[in-house]
Amino acid sequence: MTMLANFRKVEGVHILDLSGRITIGEGTLILREALQKLLRSHEQKVILNLADVTYIDSSGIGELVSAFTNFSNQGGNLKLLNLTKKVHDLLSITKLLTVFEVFTDEAHAIQSFD
Amino acid sequence: MEINESTILLKIQSNLEYTELVENITNNLTALAGCNPDQSYFIEMSLREVVSNAIQHGNKCDLNKYVQIEYRFNKDYFQVQVEDQGSGFDFDHLPDPCNPENLLKSSGRGIFLVRSFMDDFSLDFLPNHGTRVRFMKKMGVSS
Repeated sequence: MTMLANFRKVEGVHILDLSGRITIGEGTLILREALQKLLRSHEQKVILNLADVTYIDSSGIGELVSAFTNFSNQGGNLKLLNLTKKVHDLLSITKLLTVFEVFTDEAHAIQSFD
Repeated sequence: MEINESTILLKIQSNLEYTELVENITNNLTALAGCNPDQSYFIEMSLREVVSNAIQHGNKCDLNKYVQIEYRFNKDYFQVQVEDQGSGFDFDHLPDPCNPENLLKSSGRGIFLVRSFMDDFSLDFLPNHGTRVRFMKKMGVSS
C-alpha cells in the first residue's frame, strides 16, 4: 500500500492526514512533496496526523526530522498526532520523542499553538 | 525426513524497487519459520534497512551489481546475511544517531535500528568483494 496525504485546515492549523507507509522511495517522496507545499506558502502551524501510518522506516524517520528542521528554520512548528505503538517505539528508541511534540488528542494539539 | 534448518538464497539487482519484493518474501519466510508478529516485523524491518543500505550506499544503485540475501532459520533462530559488492564503509566510526548533536540529522539511523531490534549483529568487509551484514533474531523469546 502506498502512502496518501490529505490536507485540512482547522482553526488556522494545517493538518496533514497521512495513511499507509512512509518508506524509502515513493512514501517519503509523497510526504516531502506535501510538506514542501506548506513550506512554500510559509505555513507556520502544522500537524502530521500519523494515525493511519502502518509502517515507517529510517528514511521515513529522516523525512520527519527534515520537515521539523525546515519548519523550525522558517519560524514555524511541526507537531505529531496519533502515533501508532510501532511509530511511537521507533521515535522513542531514536530519542526523537525529545525533539517532537507529540499529541494523542487533535483538539489539544491545535490548542498547543496558541 | 525432518528438516532441522532451512536455507534460502535470494539474489537481486541493485534496484530499490526490489525492496518490496524482498519484504514480501521475508514475510512469507518468517511465517514459515513460525515467528510471532513482533519478530516478523523486526526481522522484515531490519532487512529492509540493510538491503536499502546495500543497494544505495554499497552498490551505489549500480544495476550491474547485486545484493545477495541468505536466510537461515530453525526452531531456535532466524538469521539473515546480506552481501553487497560495494567498497564498504567505516563501521567503527558511525555517528551515534542518539547523540544530541546528531538528533536532527536526516540519515544515519538504519544500522542503529537493526542493532536495536536484533539479538545479534555483525558487519564484515570482504576484501575485493563488498560488505557482509549478518543479523539474527532468537525464536521463542518475547520481543
